[in-house]
This record gives sequence, C-alpha cells and structure tokens, in this order.
Amino acid sequence: MPAIAGDSDAMIAALSFYMFAGVAVASGVMVVSARNPVHSVLFLILTFFNAAGLFILMGAEFLAMILVVVYVGAVAVLFMFVVMMLDINFSELRQGFRRHMLIGATIGVVLLIELLLVMGGWTMAPGALGMVAAPTPAMVQVSNTEALGGVIYTHYIYLFQSAGMILLVAMIGAIVLTHRSRPTVRRQNIANQIHRSANSVEMRKVETGKGI
Amino acid sequence: MLEIGLSHYLSLAAILFALGIFGVFLNRKNVIIILMSIELMLLAVNINLVAFSTNLNDLLGQIFAMFVLTVAAAEAAVGLAILVVYFRNRGSIAVDDINLMNG
Repeated sequence: MPAIAGDSDAMIAALSFYMFAGVAVASGVMVVSARNPVHSVLFLILTFFNAAGLFILMGAEFLAMILVVVYVGAVAVLFMFVVMMLDINFSELRQGFRRHMLIGATIGVVLLIELLLVMGGWTMAPGALGMVAAPTPAMVQVSNTEALGGVIYTHYIYLFQSAGMILLVAMIGAIVLTHRSRPTVRRQNIANQIHRSANSVEMRKVETGKGI
Repeated sequence: MLEIGLSHYLSLAAILFALGIFGVFLNRKNVIIILMSIELMLLAVNINLVAFSTNLNDLLGQIFAMFVLTVAAAEAAVGLAILVVYFRNRGSIAVDDINLMNG
C-alpha cells in the first residue's frame, strides 16, 4: 500500500525535523546563556550536529559532512582551546547580565517578529523556477557530492581558488598574530655555525704555569 | 503540520538568527561568546541557503553555503588569534576595555 508507506515516510521526516530543530534551538539558547564558556562551546557543537542532521534531511549530504568536519572538528576545537588556554575570570565578565538581558531580548524578539512577518508575506516570483542556475540532477543518478563537484570545478573554479587563498591568508594571519619571539631563549643557529671561517679557531702551545 | 516545507526551515533559521543577536547583546563583555553567537548566526544563514537550494532544485545555494562556511572558519581563526594577542597584552578580554587601547 504505497499511500500508507508515503504517510509514514512523511511522518518520520516530520518527527526527525522537529527533533533536530528542537534540540538545535534548545542548545542554541544554552550557547548564549550558559554560565561556563566550556559548556557554551559544547552546546555549540551540539547545535552544529543537529544542523548537520537537518542538512541531511534536506538532501545536502556533502554540506552536512563539511559542517561536522570543519565546524565540530576545527572551529569548535579552536574555541575550546582558547577558552581553556586563557586564564579568564568569567564571573567578572557576567556582570550586568540582567541589564543586558532586557535590551537583548527586546531586540531579538523584534528581529524575530520582523523575519517571521517577511516570511509570512513572501511569495515566489513567477519566473523563479525558470532561472535555476545549476539544476540538481536526480539523486539516484548522481550523488550530491559529485553534483556539487561538477558545478564547482566547471563554473566556479576561480571562486574556489579564492576561497583557498582566503583560508591561506587567515592561517598566515593567525600565525603571525600569535607567534611571539622570546629573546631570552637561546637556540642553536646552524647557519651561523656553518659560516664560521676556518681561522677563527687557533691552536696555541701554552707553557706550563703560564696563561695566555 | 506534518508536511515539512520551506517555511519550517526558514522559521528555524529565523529563530537561530534571533538567538545569535540575543547572544551578542546578552554577553556584551565576553568576546568569546560573542564570536560563538556570530557562528550561530552564520549557521542560520547556511540553513536558509540550503533550504532554498533544495526547494528550488538549484545547487548554487549549496555552493554559496560552502563559501560562507569557508569565510566563517577564516573569521573564527583570525578573531581568536586577535583575542589571544589582546589577552596577552591586557590580561583581560572585557570588551569595555578595548576602547582604552589608543596608541
């Protein structure tokens, strides 16, 4: 009975959506309101995992995996390192929390209402479906990753290379900013050692009982 | 209610974006949590892009979301590096002190 099977499929999809979305929003609340920043980072990771689940639900598997690898594996760990490495008095930073809560909640609620109003009055432009730039091939023929790669490497190769340059610049910038040279530490300088001339060492016959 | 469509994802993204704004205002002194709130807002933008991409059957949205991810990763790296240098110089990360750093 295909009708019933379709119903149960839709129900499973709906249940998964509400589970992922609910956990994502709840952990998002915890990110901004947790007392301990380490907990904030952990809740951020939970949010990213649930967003990855939503991406899979939408059919964007490659982005879901990228989200897990890049965000959970790199960015969140970077945050964790910084939070744990810096010796910060976090209770001092929480002063004025309640005062900021009021203005923050006001602005957040106003923005949310604005966004939902925009969404309520939104309609698709009549020609929108005809202006698709890179149509998604059928999932049974080409996987999501392969289709994305085909579009990126065919039409957007310069943008792809620029993205690599941005990452390179960010990496060099982060290293230059945080690198610190310590003048008190003496290191072996191999180039200086090799460049010493041969006559800088001299053999002397020292007579017994006398210095040089 | 059972049929999950574009509007469900857009509403979720709107909620996450508003949460990010709320976090920026709530943790006015703690730069680390402000950076995390910005990551949350970028995630909401990505959810919007992917939702439209799958709804319109256009792969371009997913490609754009990938570039947004790239820029977000770079931004986090440089932001945290600046934070570490700032902490080394002043011994605190309070945002209120940053305007005292003239010269």
